Amino acid sequence: MRHHILSVLVENKAGVLARIAGLFSRRGFNIYSLAVAPTDEGERLSRITIVVDVEPASLEQVVRQLDKLVNVVAISHLSPSEAVERELLLATVAATMTERSQVIELVDVFGGEVVNVGGDQLTVMLAGPPDTLDDFEALLASFRVAGLQRTGRVALPKLGRRAARARPIPGRAG
Amino acid sequence: MQVTGAQALIKSLEMEGVEVMFGLPGGAILPVYDPILDSPIRHVLVRHEQGAGHMAEGYAMVTGRPGVAMVTSGPGATNIVTPLSNAYMDSTPLVVISGQVATASIGTDAFQECDITGVTMGITKHNWLVKDPADIPRVVAAAFHVATTGRPGPVLVDVPKDVSNATLEWYWPASEEDLDLPGYHPCRSGDPELVRRAAELLMAAERPVIYAGGGILKARAVEGLRELAERTGIPVVTTLMARGAFSDSHPLCLGMPGMHGNYTAVTAMQRADLLVALGARFDDRVTGKVDAFAPGARVVHVDVDPAELGKVRKPDVGIAGDCRLVVDELLEALDSLGLGHDPSAAGGTTGARARPGTRAASRPDLSGWWAQLHRWQQDFPLHYDRSAEGPLKPQLVVETLRDLCPEDTIVVAGVGQHQMWASQWWRFDHPYTWVNSGGAGTMGFAVPAAVGAKVGRPDRTVWAIDGDGCFQMTAQELVTASAERIPVKVAILNNAYLGMVRQWQEMFYEERYSEVYLSPDLPDYVKWAEAMGCVGIRAEAPEEVVPAIEEANAVDDRPVVVDFRTDAFEKVFPMVPAGTSNDAIQVHPDQQEALEKSRRGMA
Repeated sequence: MRHHILSVLVENKAGVLARIAGLFSRRGFNIYSLAVAPTDEGERLSRITIVVDVEPASLEQVVRQLDKLVNVVAISHLSPSEAVERELLLATVAATMTERSQVIELVDVFGGEVVNVGGDQLTVMLAGPPDTLDDFEALLASFRVAGLQRTGRVALPKLGRRAARARPIPGRAG
Repeated sequence: MQVTGAQALIKSLEMEGVEVMFGLPGGAILPVYDPILDSPIRHVLVRHEQGAGHMAEGYAMVTGRPGVAMVTSGPGATNIVTPLSNAYMDSTPLVVISGQVATASIGTDAFQECDITGVTMGITKHNWLVKDPADIPRVVAAAFHVATTGRPGPVLVDVPKDVSNATLEWYWPASEEDLDLPGYHPCRSGDPELVRRAAELLMAAERPVIYAGGGILKARAVEGLRELAERTGIPVVTTLMARGAFSDSHPLCLGMPGMHGNYTAVTAMQRADLLVALGARFDDRVTGKVDAFAPGARVVHVDVDPAELGKVRKPDVGIAGDCRLVVDELLEALDSLGLGHDPSAAGGTTGARARPGTRAASRPDLSGWWAQLHRWQQDFPLHYDRSAEGPLKPQLVVETLRDLCPEDTIVVAGVGQHQMWASQWWRFDHPYTWVNSGGAGTMGFAVPAAVGAKVGRPDRTVWAIDGDGCFQMTAQELVTASAERIPVKVAILNNAYLGMVRQWQEMFYEERYSEVYLSPDLPDYVKWAEAMGCVGIRAEAPEEVVPAIEEANAVDDRPVVVDFRTDAFEKVFPMVPAGTSNDAIQVHPDQQEALEKSRRGMA
C-alpha cells in the first residue's frame, strides 16, 4: 500500500467536510491526513487535500464515490511523483542552556525557524516536503518533545506535465 | 410577487408537477401546511411518518415520477429515515420535505430538534438545510433534479420554521444552470468505443446471459432490452428489482437469479461465459460468494453510476451511462457488426440471424446453450408440494391470486418468505407491476407502499402480498387507506412466524427457534381489518382460497384484508445459503436427490 493524494475541489458550503468524512468512514476508507482551505473564485470553492493509503483498485472506488457527492466539483488524483507536496510542522522542545544550541543547530540544518523562546523550551517550525519533516521529526525525538503538530500535506501538480485527473471518467457526458 | 417561504415551497412543488404528497403535520412544519389548503396538490394524511415515506416510494415505483413526503422536525423526520434508507438502496426518486426548528434555535437542543441533514447524509443522494427563504424555489428545483436524474434516489430538504414564515420575492429557476449544482453531472450516453467492445463480446459469446437489474426500469429501457434479447437470442435473468422488466412469459426469460432464484437462472449465470449486466449492481444476494460467482464469465457492466463499475466485480467492459441510451447504442453497434433486426427471429431461442442484405454475422450458435438451459428448466423447475392434504401452501395462494387477477395487477411485497414466494410464483408480464423492498429489506414496506402505488395508478388492481410479521409493523396505514378511499387489497400469508428467520433457524441453527413465533390469531386480523374500515376475510383451507380472492376482488370501494392461514413449516426453495457459492444451490427436497445425481454425473 502506498499513499495517494486526492486534491478535491468542493463547494464552500456548510457541512461539506462532514459529507466527505462521512463518506470515507461509511465506505470503510481511511484518511491519513487532511487539509482544507478556501481557494480561488473568492470563497465559493474550497480545496481539500486528502492523503489516503489504499490499493489502486480501492482508490478508484474512493474517487468514484467522492465524485457522487453533489458538492464535489472536481477531483484530481496526484501520485507523489507527479506532485509538489508541502507540509508544516510545529514542535515545542525542552531546551535547557546545554541543549538549546543543539536544537537551534538542528533547526538551522533543516532550514527551519525558532518561532518562540521560553525559559527552558523552544518552539520551532519547519515547512517542507513531508519526508523532510519525517526526518526532522525523527531527529527531534532525541530531545524532549513537549508537543508536536503537523498540518497534513497540501499538494499541487508539478508543472510541465499534467496531473492524472480522475475526471473525466469514461462514458461521462461533457 | 412577495410570498412566504411556506407559500414558495408549495408553489415550487406545484411547479414540479407534484399531484400528490404524503405526510403528517407538526409544529415546525405548521406554516407549510397552511398553503396546502389553497393548493391543487392532494395531501394524504398518514398515521405514521414511515408510512408517508413508503407511500411516496410505492407511488414513485409505479409511476416513474418522484414521490413526495412532508414531515415535521425531530421525531417526524427520524420516522422517515427508514424510507429514505430504503429508497437509497433501491434508487427510488423521493423528495422529503422536513420542518426544522427556527434557525436561531438550531444547535440548542430545542423542542423537537434533530439534525436530520446530519442523520440522513449517508442515506440520501443529497440533502439541504435551507437558511435563506430566497433559496426555497431554487433548492426545491435542485432537489427534484437531483432525485430524478442520473441514478435516481432520495433527497431531503430541511426547512426551519422562521424560513417558512419569512417572505421572499417569488421566482422560478429558468434552467438547470440556475440550480447552482456545479458538482453534479450525471452521465448519459456511453463511450462509443466501450460500446463497440461490448458488442464484440456479445457477438463472440457461446454461453451469454443478460443480467437485467432495476436500472432497466429506472431508465425506462424495457423496450431496448427486449430488442437486444430478441435480436441476439441471449437469455435474460431479471433480478428482484427487475421483475417485470422482461416478461416472464417470454421464451428468452429465465426468471429471477440469486439466493432464492430458480435453478436455471442461478446456474446459467454460474456457467455463463459472458454476463451482460444492465443496471444491476452485483448484490450479494445475487452473487452469493463473490469469488465463486460466474467464474468463467467475462463481464460487460452498464450502469449510470460509475461507482458501481468494479465495486464488486471487475468488469471486462464497464460502461458508465444511462441504460436506455447505452442499450440503444449497443443495438446500433450490433447493426454495424452485421447483427440487424430480423422480425422472424423474434422470440426464437436458437440465436438470431443476420439482417437480410447485410454481411452475415458470424457468431457462435447458441442452440447448445439453449438446449442446456431447457434441460435445467425441465429438470429443476420451481416446485412445491401441491397435494391436497395438509395445511394451505403459501405458494398456492400466490398462484391462485395470480390466476384470478388482471395480468397488469400491481403486486407489492414486504420482506421475507412471502416476498420471495410472490416474486417466484407471480408471472410478471408488465413493467412497473412489482413493488418491493430489495436492498434495504424493510419489513412493513408492503401496506404503505401499496397505498402509494394505488394512489399513483388508481386504474389498476393493487394487491399487497404481505407476511404476518410485516403486516403488524405498518398496518395502521390501512386507516389512511380507508379514510382516503384508497381501495388496496392485502393478502397476509399468515404462518404465525417471522418465517424467513424461522427458516434460517431451522436450516442453520439446528432448529433452535429463538424469538420467531408470533401467533396465527393474535391479533385477530379480520377484526383488526374491520376496525380499520376494511373488509376482513379469512381463508384456512385450500378450497377457501378461490372464494376469498373472488370476494376480495369484488370490493372496490374500500381496502380488503385476507388472512390466509398458511403452512408454518413451508420453506423457500431454491436457496443458496448465505456466504456460499451459487453452485451450492439447494432445490426443493423433492428435487434434491435428482440434483445430487446430476452433479455426480457431471463430476
